[in-house]
Amino acid sequence: MTDKANGEVTQGETRGETRDLTHALPENDAVTHGGQESHLYNRDVQAWVRKAANRGIYDIRGMGAKRKVPHFDDLVFLTASASRYPLEGYRERCDTRTVLGARNAKRPLELDTPITIAGMSFGSLSANVKEALGRGASAVGTSTTTGDGGMTDEERRSSKMLVYQCLPSRYGFNPDDLRRADAVEVVIGQGAKPGGGGMLLGQKISERVASMRTLPAGIDQRSASRHPDWTGPDDLTIKIEELREITDWEIPVYVKIGATRVENDVKLAVKAGADVVVVDGMQGGTAATQDVYIEHAGIPTLAAVVQANAALEELDVKGEVQLVVSGGIRTGADVAKAIALGADAVSIGQAVLLALGCNDHVWYKDGKTPVSAVKDYEELGTKPGMCHHMQTGRCPVGITTQDPELEKRVDPEWGAKRVRNYLQVLNMEVATLARACGKSDVHHLEREDLVALTIESAAMAKVPLAGTDWIPGVTGF
Amino acid sequence: MEQEVRSRKALEWDLGESPVRELNNYLHHGLAEDGVEEVRVLKPDGAHHIAVGLDAPVKVEVMGNAGYYVGGMNKRAEITVHGSAGWSVAENIMSGVVRIEGYVSECAGASGHGGLVVIEKDASSRCGISMKGNDIVVGGDVGHFSAFMAQKGHLVVCGDAGDGLGDSLYEAVIYVRGRIKSLGADAQEEPMTEEDHATLADLLGRAGFDHDPGEFKRVASARKLYHWNSEHDQEY
Ligand code: SF4
Repeated sequence: MTDKANGEVTQGETRGETRDLTHALPENDAVTHGGQESHLYNRDVQAWVRKAANRGIYDIRGMGAKRKVPHFDDLVFLTASASRYPLEGYRERCDTRTVLGARNAKRPLELDTPITIAGMSFGSLSANVKEALGRGASAVGTSTTTGDGGMTDEERRSSKMLVYQCLPSRYGFNPDDLRRADAVEVVIGQGAKPGGGGMLLGQKISERVASMRTLPAGIDQRSASRHPDWTGPDDLTIKIEELREITDWEIPVYVKIGATRVENDVKLAVKAGADVVVVDGMQGGTAATQDVYIEHAGIPTLAAVVQANAALEELDVKGEVQLVVSGGIRTGADVAKAIALGADAVSIGQAVLLALGCNDHVWYKDGKTPVSAVKDYEELGTKPGMCHHMQTGRCPVGITTQDPELEKRVDPEWGAKRVRNYLQVLNMEVATLARACGKSDVHHLEREDLVALTIESAAMAKVPLAGTDWIPGVTGF
Repeated sequence: MEQEVRSRKALEWDLGESPVRELNNYLHHGLAEDGVEEVRVLKPDGAHHIAVGLDAPVKVEVMGNAGYYVGGMNKRAEITVHGSAGWSVAENIMSGVVRIEGYVSECAGASGHGGLVVIEKDASSRCGISMKGNDIVVGGDVGHFSAFMAQKGHLVVCGDAGDGLGDSLYEAVIYVRGRIKSLGADAQEEPMTEEDHATLADLLGRAGFDHDPGEFKRVASARKLYHWNSEHDQEY
C-alpha cells in the first residue's frame, strides 16, 4: 500500500491504487489505545472501502497477483547422488534446444532455449522496449511475442522469431503481418484476467498507438474479452484452420489460455488443433486491468502446469503438442521445475521488465549513467520495489510508456544486453539443475526429481512432501 | 493443378476433385504465374475457408453455398458467393469486395479494416462486430448486437436491426432503413447530415441497391464510454 492508503483521496487522482487484504497490519494498538484492530476489517480493508466510496470506480493496475500463493519456491529438486549420477556441471553437454509447433506446421519454431518472451503490447510498452526485447531474445535464440496492439516494424526487424498474437480486440491484426510471423497465438485468456479483456487508459493512447488500433487518441480503451468471429471450441477448430489456410500451413498455431478450468481448456485447445498450448497462471502480469481480477481470478501457475500436463497425458499427445507455461517464472529454478512438471517451455513477461529496470530506483542515461527515478515513483504515489502503475503511462524508468521523453530512459542497445544476460542466466541455471539431476537434456527433468516443502504444494504439484512418500490426494490421506 | 483452364485468364476449380487447401494455395501462389484473372469455384457444398487470405486483383465466383470464413482477410480480390454462407464472412477484410447473394450467419464482416462486404439477404447476429474501417451493406435484416464495439467504417442495414444495435460503438456509423428493435449502450440515433447522404448513396450504389438515402436513420456513438467516469453508470 502506498501512503495514500488512508483513504483521503479525491476523484481524478492517479488511478490504479491497490489494496492488500491478505495480511493484517503488524502491530495491534489494543493496549495503548483501548481498541482492537479487526482481522477481517483491518486498516487496509478500511482504507480500501473508503477509497471505493470516495471514487465510485474500481482500481485498475498493472503487474500480476501480489498475494502469496503456492509456487515453484515450494518445491525442491532431489538431485543425483548414489542412486543416480550427475553430469559434470561445466563439461558435459546438456541440451536446451526446444522445438515448438511441429504437430501441423511446416516450419516449427526451433529455439536454443526453453525460455521465451511472453506477449506484451506495443502501446503498453514503448517501441524502444519492444526492440530491446527482440534483440535480447534473438541473441539467445528464442522468440518474442506481439501483444494487443499489433506488430511493429521495429519488433519484426529486431526479432529473429516472432509470435503474432490473434487477440479478441484484433487491433492492427492483418494478413501481411500474419504472413511475416513465425507463429500465431490465438489468445483466449490471460492469467492476470481470465475472462476479461485488456485495458489501455487514455494517457497511453498516443497518435501512433491510436492509429494502430483504429481508435481515437486519448480515450480509455477497453479490449473485448471474446473473439469477434468465433465462440466456443467447435468454432475455434474452424478458426485455427482458417489461420492455417491463410498461412499455407507453414507456421505453428498456439492457443493461450488463462488458468482456470485448465484440464478442460487444454483438452479443448488440443482438440481444436493447437500445435502449442500456452497456459498462463494467476501470477501472470498485465499492463492494466481491474485489481479484482488480478487477485481473485484464476489458479496458481503451479497448479495449472500440473493440470495441463495431465490433460496432455490423457489425450496421449505429449511430445506432439507442446506446453508453454507462464505466470511468475523468474529464475532458472522456476523454469526447471515447470519443465519437470510437464512444460516444454516457459514464457516470461514481468521478469524481463524487471531485467530492463522495472521497479529499480534508477534508470541509465544512454545506457550508462544512473539517474534517480525515486521522485517519479513518488509522483505516482508509490516507490521503487512497490510499483504496478503501468496503466498510467508514466513509468518512472521508461518501460511502459508512450511518452517520448520517458521512453528515452531505456536505451535499446543497453536493454537488449540486459535481456540477453538475464535469459542467459536462466538458461544456464536450468542446465545446471538438469545436469545435477543427471539429465543430458533439460526436457528430461521429470516429476520424480521433485519434492514439496508444503502440503499445499505437494497436493497441487502431485509430488511427495519432502522426507515422506505422501502425496495428498494421491497416496494415503 | 489438374484443373481445366477455360481460357488464358479464367479457370474452373471443382472442389469435389481438389480440396480447399489446394484451391487456397493456388490462389495465393499460382495465379500470377498462370495469368489467371477469374476463378469459378464449383461444388463448394458449404466448405469452410474458401478463398481466404487472398492478395491479388482476382475475381472468384463461388457457385453455391459456402461455410465459415469465406473471403477471410481478403485483400484486393472480388469474391462473390452465388448462394448463402456461414459464420464470419470476410472477417478481417482489408480491401476488395466480398458479396454474398443469399443469407449469412453470424459475425459477417467482423473486424474488417477496409473493403466492402455485401450481403444481399439477411445477416444473423453480430454483423459488423469490432469493424475497423470496412463497409458492410446488408440488403435485409441484421440480428442482435450488430456493430458491437465497431471502431470505424459503415454498416448499412436496408431492413430491420435486432436488439442492442451498436453497443459500445466507437467511431463506426450505422445506417438503418427499417425498425431498430433496441439500441445498445452508448449508441444513439442522430440526424442525417449531407455527408451521410453522400456516403450512403455511394455505398448503396456500389452494393447495387437503389433505396433512397432519405429513408435511413443514422446511429453513432454518444461517446460517453470513452473515458472512465464514476458519475456515469458504466458496467465496465
Ligand atoms: S516501474 Fe514501470 S514497468 Fe515497472 S511496475 Fe512501475 S510502471 Fe510498470
